Amino acid sequence: MTEPIIETRELTKRFGSFTAVDRITLSVMPGEIFGFLGANGAGKTTAMRMLCGLSRPTAGTGRVAGYDIGRQPEAVKRRIGYMSQRFSLYDDLTVGENVRLFGGIYGLGRHELARRGDELLQRLDLTDRRRVRVGALPLGLKQKLAFSVALLHRPPLVFLDEPTGGVDPVTRRTFWEMIDAAAADGTTVFVTTHYMDEAEYCHRVSIMVDGQIRALDTPDRLKRQYGAASMEEVFLGLAETAKRSSE
Amino acid sequence: MNAPAIATENLTRRFGRLTALDGVTFRVGRGELFGVIGPDGAGKTTLMRLLATLSRPDAGRASVLEFDTVRQQAEVRRRVGYMPGRFALYPDLTVAENLAFFAALYRTDVAANYDLIAPIYGPLERFASRPAGKLSGGMKQKLALSCALIHRPDVLLLDEPTTGVDPVSRREFWTILARLRSQGMTVVASTPYMDEASRCDRIALCDAGRFLRVDSPDAVRRSYGRPLFGLSAAADRHALLLAARRDAAVRSCYAFGNEHHLAFRDRPDPDGLRDRLEAGGFRDVCLRPIEPGVEDCFMQLTERHD
Repeated sequence: MTEPIIETRELTKRFGSFTAVDRITLSVMPGEIFGFLGANGAGKTTAMRMLCGLSRPTAGTGRVAGYDIGRQPEAVKRRIGYMSQRFSLYDDLTVGENVRLFGGIYGLGRHELARRGDELLQRLDLTDRRRVRVGALPLGLKQKLAFSVALLHRPPLVFLDEPTGGVDPVTRRTFWEMIDAAAADGTTVFVTTHYMDEAEYCHRVSIMVDGQIRALDTPDRLKRQYGAASMEEVFLGLAETAKRSSE
Repeated sequence: MNAPAIATENLTRRFGRLTALDGVTFRVGRGELFGVIGPDGAGKTTLMRLLATLSRPDAGRASVLEFDTVRQQAEVRRRVGYMPGRFALYPDLTVAENLAFFAALYRTDVAANYDLIAPIYGPLERFASRPAGKLSGGMKQKLALSCALIHRPDVLLLDEPTTGVDPVSRREFWTILARLRSQGMTVVASTPYMDEASRCDRIALCDAGRFLRVDSPDAVRRSYGRPLFGLSAAADRHALLLAARRDAAVRSCYAFGNEHHLAFRDRPDPDGLRDRLEAGGFRDVCLRPIEPGVEDCFMQLTERHD
């Protein structure tokens, strides 16, 4: 049987008397597109930081890509890809420099990096623009490049933190086609978003409220369970039950 | 007819070789809730800063309440409240100090204007002595709005107040804006979220420095001008999208949550398309007429012509 690529049990993070993430248990299978939803302040970012090996759990356990997130965070970091809206690539470096920098950080050898880098630029039709500063690329193209760079070392799992914030509607959809393609190739995609139409594109979705996972299922089953026409309705209904005020 | 709250003519702003705002002409009536809707790079922030007199146009002009934003800057500033997209309050001053500071800048005081901000500032009051930098995102936003309102502006300019904010808080914020509008204030808010258009009296759809269309949300939706269909089927959503796009009769097909939005090139023939898709192996193909949304219109307006 296939092992889950993410598996947490009662994963918890406390800051002083505040429980940011409260005993979350979930598993994500290889090749899944998993939507990780929640209102601002629900604990998504803290949970995601733990899963990426950037923050130590206070209690509970988690395994990501075969490693324990508490005891082997460095091994976890090497096995995952990460991209966010706020931080993805260096604007002041060229396209080629960004590819080399991130490929190097993820430990690709010189030849491997050159080969995969060329492939990547060709696929995105950027070969002629490898000496262009990333800051000068249109936002949509920058996002696609960032996603491809996050996958350059072929991680089995990629974390996307609001990858489509602020991009135009057409680009937002092309971006999801890249996500679909990556998942079809077997890459697991763990994604947060504030666009509820994008929640419908996920294979499964979890919704966090007050640090806990309140719902976890396929979009279709969640809509049926809550008698809702859309994921937006499901989300609004659950998020309104939040007790924790957002400070 | 009443003079407009805001009027611009050919308003243009360049940064080096980049034309951030490219000859924009529009009006906002007094008491309107006006939405400036478009993705990053559309020129939203540039427009807001020009209207708030924080930046000068390279060509064209703008007036707020009939005062020119360049020649009568001081008059404009007195009457405008501006909330920038990035948190711009003093993080090491407390909540109460920030508010008192902004009131003092405008030669007024908090007590005289408390009624206006009470519904927004109320929940913050118990954090009055906390440094503003230590507030949560939602609370910072409420404080920033309170500060922008403390001098009772006639015109409120909000630059992307809901960007990165979850759907619940977004809805709450638009309810606040609707209340300010009902009190007679003119409100101009920019947003990248197309679904927020319906909260506005009128909207400008913008992209790459230009206004593509200015109208009421309903009129924008009606302007789509061709029948639109929702397409769904059992199983693979992505394969269905690609198959529909390959069909010669299909003009455009985009993913929209749980169904695709599809327009035909010529006369719609949903039955024919359904048959072809089912012959191609898709089961339970459903094509139903739907009303276009603002996002459909935006995509139609920005389509590359091929």
